[in-house]
Amino acid sequence: MDFQNFWDVYSNLVLTLGTNILLAFSIWLTLDCGMLAVANAAFLGIGAYTSSLLTMNYDTPFYVSLFGGMALPAAIAIVIGLPLIRLSGVYLAIATLAFGEVVRVFILNTESLTGGAMGLNGIPQLTQGWHVLLSVLVVLFILWRMRASKVGRAFDAIRGDETAAGLMGINVRATKMLAFVAGAAIAGLAGGLNAHLNFFIGPTEYGFDRGVEILTMAILGGIGGLTGPILGALIISLLPQALGALGDYKLIVNGLILVLIVLFLPQGIWDPARFKRWLGKKGGAQHA
Amino acid sequence: MLELASISKSFGGLHVLRDVNIKVPQGAIYGLIGPNGAGKTTVFNLITGLLDPTFGGIAFDGRDILRKKPHEITRLGIARTFQNIRLFKEMTLLQNVVVGAYRHMDYGFASLLLGLPKYRKHEARARERALELLSWMKLDHKAHDLADNLSYGEQRRLELARALATEPRLLLLDEPVAGMNTGERAGLMTEIQAIRDRGYTILMIEHDMQFVMGLCEKIAVLNFGKIIAEGGPEDIRNNEQVIEAYLGRDDEEEAA
Repeated sequence: MDFQNFWDVYSNLVLTLGTNILLAFSIWLTLDCGMLAVANAAFLGIGAYTSSLLTMNYDTPFYVSLFGGMALPAAIAIVIGLPLIRLSGVYLAIATLAFGEVVRVFILNTESLTGGAMGLNGIPQLTQGWHVLLSVLVVLFILWRMRASKVGRAFDAIRGDETAAGLMGINVRATKMLAFVAGAAIAGLAGGLNAHLNFFIGPTEYGFDRGVEILTMAILGGIGGLTGPILGALIISLLPQALGALGDYKLIVNGLILVLIVLFLPQGIWDPARFKRWLGKKGGAQHA
Repeated sequence: MLELASISKSFGGLHVLRDVNIKVPQGAIYGLIGPNGAGKTTVFNLITGLLDPTFGGIAFDGRDILRKKPHEITRLGIARTFQNIRLFKEMTLLQNVVVGAYRHMDYGFASLLLGLPKYRKHEARARERALELLSWMKLDHKAHDLADNLSYGEQRRLELARALATEPRLLLLDEPVAGMNTGERAGLMTEIQAIRDRGYTILMIEHDMQFVMGLCEKIAVLNFGKIIAEGGPEDIRNNEQVIEAYLGRDDEEEAA
């Protein structure tokens, strides 16, 4: 099969994979900073609606729409982050989940603007393959550079011990805010790209299920590095397709595989420390 | 250099500290001792901004540091270690110490994104300095091991190296030799003296009397949240109130 044929059949899948990678990165940012924030589906939705409405109602160029789809989630993240970032652990998770519900209900009840439960129809299909590819590469590059700097070290330190991190001179609240807001902007970018790919968006796509799916991508892949989220997004995007032959049993097997991975690889699939241990064992055996 | 003026701290109805006054002069090794639960660690938590006092003032170099956040206090030049060691366990020794250099990494977003010379210079310098501190604490041979794999005494020395990496002027040590064997204690004693000789001021909490008496020029004794004595090692050793706080009072003698 040549590329054109492949692309005709699978372009939608490949582009969905791209936006999923962005989403996995967006939640990885907060997880890397020790925060269990699960508002990413809501930020994805805000980004999708904002950029679509900009394109449809104001005829803004695609880039402007995408930018708007990043800016509004980021701005909202700042506003809700101010009180929420003090929370830790499961309390932050619950508060961000509640925020997600608020967003969903808001979209449902502002019919004149968002189309309510009927969703938005007829979004111009402006997203090209290279838009998604470029977005993934740029985000990956920025995150990769951040990890190798004082910012990445500050994230690691906060995840390790917040009190000790503060006493190393790290502004814990500001750093957490950076992770939260940047995560929201990346999720918003994914939303804008996705909306201009699918012609239609509706509130059900941005609910609790989607939030859990995004979290699963990062946890499954492993949060110890940037490879994990990519791997997680790959599995979550492709597994349902690969299991297509199973028909109605697809979702059951899908769930089973996820449960098994989490049970046996609690640090995620991509865990350099585990690889090292395996290598170490092999090395030890050679010596013996 | 550091001055605590009439510090009081209550948790609900529990008065942990009452009217505590401490003055740590520049260049001193100052000891804070007292029985368990006397409130010593609370004093450290107040100085480093982890807690706010109920009443009183804290000044560092004549500047009021009350209600400043922990990271602001660190940036003013105060660093500490913890009684119940708080290392970044998932990081290597080197990474732990480099985190301490955080505030001295003065490069912007563009530099880090593009790996500009400024970024490279600061990163290299922090690494170099971290290795230097590790070798000072005799941990350089384990620089790339995970902090989690260290022995108790090594973990305490790593915490010390990490605290020094923030380039403080005042160093707060919370029970630096707890869990160390005699040899390690003697070694750390020389190292702490060396640290002071390099111009740092040290305030330490310690239970090991031999260690405190051997190192500190001045000692304050805290009991039930109050300073009951202050002075040189000799004064403290012979102070009746201190002896009573540590050894208890003989009831018969009291009755007589």
